[in-house]
Amino acid sequence: MLRAFRNSGTPGWTLAAILAAAIVVSPIVALVAIASQGSGDLWPQLTAYVLPSAAINTGILLLGVGLLTGVVGVGTAWLVSTTEFPGRKVFDWALLLPLAIPTYILAYAYLDILHPLGPIQSALRALLGLSDPRSLYFPEIRSMGGVIFLLGFVLYPYVYLAARASFLMQSATALEAARILGAGRFEILFRVALPLARPAIVVGVTLALLEALNDIAATEFLGVRTLTIAIYSTWLNRSSLPGAAQISLFMLAIVTLLFLMERWARRHQRFFASGKRVQPPSPVPLDRLKAFGAIAACALPLAIGFLAPFAYLAEQAVRKLTSGGVSPMIWRETFNTVLYAGIATLFTLVVGLAIAYALRADKSGFASPASRVASIGYAIPGTVLAVGLLWPLAAFDNSVDAALRQWFGVSTGLLISGSGAALVLAYTIRFLAMSINATEAGYTKISENIDHAARSLGESSFGTLRKIHLPMLRPALGAAAILVFVDCMKELPATLMLRPFGVETLATHIYAEAVRGTYEDGSVAAILIVLAGLVPVVMLARVSRPAITPSTISS
Amino acid sequence: MNRLISSLAFVAAVTAGSIVPLPASGQGEVNVYTTREPKLIQPLFDLFTKNTGVKVNAIFIEKGMAERVAAEGANSPADIMMSVDIGNVLDGVARGVTQGVQSEALAAAVPANLRDKDGHWFALSLRARLIYVSNDRVKDKALNYADLADPKWKGKVCIRSGQHPYNTALIAAYIHHYGSAKAEEWLKGVKANLARKPAGGDREVARDILGGVCDIGVANSYYVGLMRGGSNEDQKKWGAAINTIMPTFPGGGTHVNISGASVAKNAPNKANAVKLLEFLVSNEAQAAYAKVNYEYPVRPSAQLDPIIAALGTLKTDQIDLTAIAKNRKQASELVDKVGFDQ
Repeated sequence: MLRAFRNSGTPGWTLAAILAAAIVVSPIVALVAIASQGSGDLWPQLTAYVLPSAAINTGILLLGVGLLTGVVGVGTAWLVSTTEFPGRKVFDWALLLPLAIPTYILAYAYLDILHPLGPIQSALRALLGLSDPRSLYFPEIRSMGGVIFLLGFVLYPYVYLAARASFLMQSATALEAARILGAGRFEILFRVALPLARPAIVVGVTLALLEALNDIAATEFLGVRTLTIAIYSTWLNRSSLPGAAQISLFMLAIVTLLFLMERWARRHQRFFASGKRVQPPSPVPLDRLKAFGAIAACALPLAIGFLAPFAYLAEQAVRKLTSGGVSPMIWRETFNTVLYAGIATLFTLVVGLAIAYALRADKSGFASPASRVASIGYAIPGTVLAVGLLWPLAAFDNSVDAALRQWFGVSTGLLISGSGAALVLAYTIRFLAMSINATEAGYTKISENIDHAARSLGESSFGTLRKIHLPMLRPALGAAAILVFVDCMKELPATLMLRPFGVETLATHIYAEAVRGTYEDGSVAAILIVLAGLVPVVMLARVSRPAITPSTISS
Repeated sequence: MNRLISSLAFVAAVTAGSIVPLPASGQGEVNVYTTREPKLIQPLFDLFTKNTGVKVNAIFIEKGMAERVAAEGANSPADIMMSVDIGNVLDGVARGVTQGVQSEALAAAVPANLRDKDGHWFALSLRARLIYVSNDRVKDKALNYADLADPKWKGKVCIRSGQHPYNTALIAAYIHHYGSAKAEEWLKGVKANLARKPAGGDREVARDILGGVCDIGVANSYYVGLMRGGSNEDQKKWGAAINTIMPTFPGGGTHVNISGASVAKNAPNKANAVKLLEFLVSNEAQAAYAKVNYEYPVRPSAQLDPIIAALGTLKTDQIDLTAIAKNRKQASELVDKVGFDQ
């Protein structure tokens, strides 16, 4: 009887989920169509010279970024959530700040900072009394090591966020039991806390890896050739879009695998995350020496991932503002950035909520695969997504236009691809996974008995969602909104390709300056994008504390 | 949920208000899609608007411009597509998104080897691929492209990615002059000489020479002007740290590439598009190209900027530009084959 009851009002939600999945999948279908046009004699050359090294580079990059974000993210999360030391409360939110810095801005800033002519090497030479730049050996940032270093220190907050939420949620009893049984702090960390937090950490690392894989501007700028770059040179230098689409699909397959691993990890976590509210472990005060170590361990990633590049950008921006002033267009660009990111965030949240609700309410078996498919957008690199979207959107626009011309004699032109709607759609597809994950995780905290009670008291499924779920989900939705918003603002490749005629955002502005080799002129826009991201990121730290909500993107 | 609905309504209202109206297809406008950052030539557009009253709307689409125009089809607002590198220009033609333009003014201003005989593309400016050398560590006064592979430069050469169009075009020309086997040997030799990974842009060559990372590198001519003649104090120092050499191929010519433009197949403002192209090759605009952007004009009579004139007399390689475009795929494959960027 229960089954029939559950099925009664739900097909609408399932249909919505399936529709969302269909939209997400449309650019992939377009890619498959492009790829199937055939690429001639491309593959022997690709498999001989391009893919092996690109795949190895991509593998090393992901391994390095995974390790670095994992160690930094988990380490700092452990310190701020289980120990007490001076400054802990500040680090608690400040460690999230690198989220506000787009990777491409970081790359430009660090090439300047670490260049032989830059402040660090100049200061070192002055200190050592050297005059010739060549007499000082300094590691080159334009290398695989450099890219891993930079991406690791700017992407670790994804891991930090997930691990922190998990550590804070772990029952004090489990950790205290371990302590009573004689385990030392490290033993507790490695034998109890880490295994318990593992699924959350995997989620965080996966997000960081997908971001790293998606990055084009920074890796290309610093000379590391990944699969993403191989897609470009095939497309642009060999004039083979089909070949590029084929590599894209190959990469998508790899990423889907990563993604499935992430889902698989989350599946386990559901088991124990749906408990009642637990007593968070009380932080253990550290003695002076250890406290010093903890401060250093938290300050280092913050300094590398945020403070140094921010200070550098601020210095450049001040110089720019005092010397030549700034383009009056910048306010319009800021407005566009916030507007498109804002609209896309709202869409992403609403669609994500519908899908998560379908998953919960529908047991027909369709909602689950639909939600997996709808999540795949996060795995598609921005440019690939943009190419895949171009054709379905333009085809839609042109057929609407043709039909209306024929019937009513009016031309609608490029309804979607000519307006910001294309951009909003691209962002939504790209970041839907974040909102589905967060909402789904939030739902695990709401007992299904509540739904049953509401429904048996005569509330509709929409009413249940509106009156009961929404208030309870607010923290989870808030955290998701902030992550999606910040990511939309930073998004570059799809924005560059799909933005409507006459629309510039801060990201495209910065990139245009960088292309002209005048990225210091883009510093004002770079600072604005970081500042616009700062407020939400600080809010994220608050909203993601389990005292308020037991979950953010994970758990 | 009421709040949700009201915020949705708000968003809908904002969206409706902010959706950018498609650039009108009536009189008085011309829409430019460009793979080249439009601010570089904004002064030229401004001059055009001042002279004719026709407004220029430009959008920078670095990658996928031809693809976007093709997808937009009959409703594409694009009138003119501008790009740098002959390969990219010809890609648009091959993609079928251009149309032939017959204009006496264009034919008279642009030498025949710098435009399509059917009017599908026109070169607007030229740039030479030079060798920058450290002015205190390198005494050589003349070098050719082949010399970049000379082992005496081991650990001393800087260059951007081999897959960048500026380099694939150079390599394509090298293949034309020496054959692909020798080109491969040459690329291996250059790779063995590299001081750092191929990365960044052309300006980084001068910067890295000043920073002591390398002694010699490959970069385009106009960057010398942008660095030395610009307002950035750091870049002035980079520009001052180098001498330039005009390297040559057999036959004594230096490799040049173009920036060019085509009229889009479905151009809604075709007349204005042709007008803009004709303006861009006029004496006035060609002089501005040279002055604002330090490029070589396509119009032989136009004057060079003094900074560029001081680099010496440019003798261009007499290769057919379409041969460069034809060899580009092979050049790109050679770059991968020798692992140039690895």
